[in-house]
Amino acid sequence: MKSTRTITAVVLLALFASAQSSKQKTRIATSQVEATGPIAIRGGKLLTITHGVIENGVVVMENGKITAVGPAGTAIPRGATVVDATGMTVYPGLIDSETNLGLVEVEADQMSNDMNEPSDEIMPHMHVADAFHSETQRIPVVRVNGITNAIVAPGTDDSLPGQDIFIQLDGKDRDQMILVRDVALALNFSADQRRRGGRGEGGGGGISNRFPSTRMGLATQLRQAFMDAQDYEAKLKAGENKKADSSSSTGRSGGGGDRQKRDLKLEALLPYLHGQKPVVIGARDGYDVENAMRLAREFNLKVVLNHVTHSQQILDEIASWKVPVIVGPIYDFPRGDERYDAVYSLPAELAKRGVKIAFASYRVEHNRNLPYAAGYSVAFGLPYEEALKAVTINPAEIWGVADKLGSLDVGKTANIVIANGDPLDVKTDVKQVFIEGRSIPMENRQTRLRDQYGGVPPAR
Amino acid sequence: MAIFSWAVRLGAVALVLTFSAAAQSAGEAQSPQADLLIKNGTVLTVTHGVIQNGSVLVHNGKIAQVGANISAPAGATVIDATGKFVMPGIIDAHSHLALDGDVNEATSPITPAMNMLDAFVNTDKGLYQALAGGVTSLLLLHGSANMIGGQAVVIKNKFGLSRDQMLFPNAPRSIKFASGENPKRVYGSRNQTPSTRMGNFEVQREALQQAKEYMRDWDDYNGKVQKGDKEARAPKRDLKLEALADVLRGKLLVQIHCYRADEFLTEMAMAREFGYKIRAFHHALEAYKVADKIAAEGVGIATWPDWWGFKDEAWDAQPWNAVMSSRHGVRVALKSDSNDVVRRLNQDAGKVMRYGGATQEEALKMITLNPAWIIGVDDRVGSLDVGKDGDISIWDKDPLSSYARVEKTIIDGEVYFDSSLPGLGLTHWKDTPMSGSDFDGSEMDEMGMGEAH
Repeated sequence: MKSTRTITAVVLLALFASAQSSKQKTRIATSQVEATGPIAIRGGKLLTITHGVIENGVVVMENGKITAVGPAGTAIPRGATVVDATGMTVYPGLIDSETNLGLVEVEADQMSNDMNEPSDEIMPHMHVADAFHSETQRIPVVRVNGITNAIVAPGTDDSLPGQDIFIQLDGKDRDQMILVRDVALALNFSADQRRRGGRGEGGGGGISNRFPSTRMGLATQLRQAFMDAQDYEAKLKAGENKKADSSSSTGRSGGGGDRQKRDLKLEALLPYLHGQKPVVIGARDGYDVENAMRLAREFNLKVVLNHVTHSQQILDEIASWKVPVIVGPIYDFPRGDERYDAVYSLPAELAKRGVKIAFASYRVEHNRNLPYAAGYSVAFGLPYEEALKAVTINPAEIWGVADKLGSLDVGKTANIVIANGDPLDVKTDVKQVFIEGRSIPMENRQTRLRDQYGGVPPAR
Repeated sequence: MAIFSWAVRLGAVALVLTFSAAAQSAGEAQSPQADLLIKNGTVLTVTHGVIQNGSVLVHNGKIAQVGANISAPAGATVIDATGKFVMPGIIDAHSHLALDGDVNEATSPITPAMNMLDAFVNTDKGLYQALAGGVTSLLLLHGSANMIGGQAVVIKNKFGLSRDQMLFPNAPRSIKFASGENPKRVYGSRNQTPSTRMGNFEVQREALQQAKEYMRDWDDYNGKVQKGDKEARAPKRDLKLEALADVLRGKLLVQIHCYRADEFLTEMAMAREFGYKIRAFHHALEAYKVADKIAAEGVGIATWPDWWGFKDEAWDAQPWNAVMSSRHGVRVALKSDSNDVVRRLNQDAGKVMRYGGATQEEALKMITLNPAWIIGVDDRVGSLDVGKDGDISIWDKDPLSSYARVEKTIIDGEVYFDSSLPGLGLTHWKDTPMSGSDFDGSEMDEMGMGEAH
């Protein structure tokens, strides 16, 4: 057993050594560390996120958790598999705050697309957990880029399309990969819903014959849904009280005549009306953001804002709400009268005002590019440390998992990435990803195709 | 009557071209350009390495000197590029910007007479945003709804100048072909041919066959006329067949939207059968499977580094494609096909250093010299070499990274974008509304469903 460990460690060492000696060499390590005991990563530059950068540091993991983080000389347990990360950068797995991973394989192929349930705008009882396809080919492609956790949200066709899950990008089955079921409720109040102009027939010239066909209609419909849920709950309580009264007086359970029929749609809204979980409000334009916030305040919703890419006019107001913001995609186009970097600079502008920000990659085709949005925001004024936080500890806090994820700290889940440089740079090659202390195979459908067709020939 | 109106239209086209050339030279004559010296930068020449503390001198719009020590001629405008990176302007060999949505004449699978020049809108805000990403030339292509689409327009991104002043002078003509899912979906959904890849290629073969006969009829006629045969009767002129005959005559660069390996082979076989050359496969996500064959035919590819899986024919994409193909001898360009990505093609070049270990020079070529070759203007732009056009972008950091911003974009030795200026940073734009839609998201919203890709 021990000899196996040593051998795999040697393989890894050799791979890292070669990657170091030749920066051009980008052949990805495909071997894993088969450790069952502790693993220690030694010699790398640690980006701890919560307590600074440790040059030439040591991280130890065991039983899926981080057990030590410190400078060179930090004790490495006997029998630990040692990974030499000299010249490498070591950081916590990145967290993507909105994807559709596992809901869609090929978007154009409807049979592999479970994004939207279009029969009604109000679908809070749709659970992403029920459709999440954990064996999607997309996850292995995304995680080898150092992304270990993500929100999976439904598509954006509906105002209330359903409830998100928070996943880990490795696990033996769906149940192991879904860390938090129904982690948040998606609420969309943006162009995607408006542009549809109401479903159903008619539709010509922007006139639809089915409610709702305008933003007034969409807002009214949302407000009615939350009110219906409040009424539903009141009736539930009234029913319960009655039941309690009757059972105390007669000493028997029953009194079924007044029992409230369960309504799964309205029931789904209750935890959100109690502020127990966040509602992720997706809106782009400032006026829509303000309007959606007005609604959220009416019902005391716990809010995470999403997008806000055309809200430059109300940034101070957003800051005053003290809500976190998933900002982006930063690649949304500026208006015709705006400077080219009006959206690129939003993360910096929000962070400057003290807003807790997180990044998301949204579309499945681009999930692996999450770190580059953070990097590009740095080019437009976001401090580098803030950019890193926005793909690690900030989302961990926003999604309620900061006790387990988002930094290199003792006691947290061992989701750790080793790369040959800055995690946010397009040139950086990720060499090894650990999820819950497991060394993840650095291969996927794409690496297999690459290798099947002969790999990359050397430079001439 | 038909011949008469055709002649009038042809005359109109000729007039426009003449006028544009005249306008351009008149513009130059009116304001003799000051020399421009960019000094003390890290100069990425693309063709002859990196010059630290290097300078580039532009005289009369052309690069006059590139080197370590160049002194400023009297009256020259001097840009101090200390700590900055200087590279050629980026060239996008696949764009549908600035066409006001008129990308596909999807009323017939064969529409070679369409000319994108007729749809070009020079005030599109997307051009400005691309300029701010260092893009100086673009090939604006017909979409991929049709097996044979229309003829492209090549522009220099002199945003703020008139429509005709933005045309790339004397650029070769290109024509867009397509294949695969888009044509068969568009026509198949109407119960028309083509609805399969069999139908796709048969429709194309049929059109080329007609063009061959058309060309032969005209060659016969012209031969007779040359011999003094007064009785010779001119065949009917047909814009569609005329354009295809020009393909067969080698007068048009053939740019083919094509994803799958088998379809590259079919297209190349058809080109051999009819005797024309393919300039480049666009998208070409499976090029790595038959890269040696593509290289042997001298065909280039214009691809994305890491787009994948948005439709079935993009399912075998993998990000090492660009470098694998390049190392097999294919000329590889990274293109946008997206109003979004065109703004940061420099980062795409950085990605191929990571996926496949492209050298800095290989990566840079993929967004400069290689797309210039695909468009047919590599003798004029695409590298910092003496005699080439003064099309230059200046960056605050290494452009092949996540962190670089364009400071200045220069075309023919003149600054068109300067990020240090207040407002939009534009030097030639008259403060009027730009066109272009405010559609949120991006072209990618149409991915798989639209016909652009």
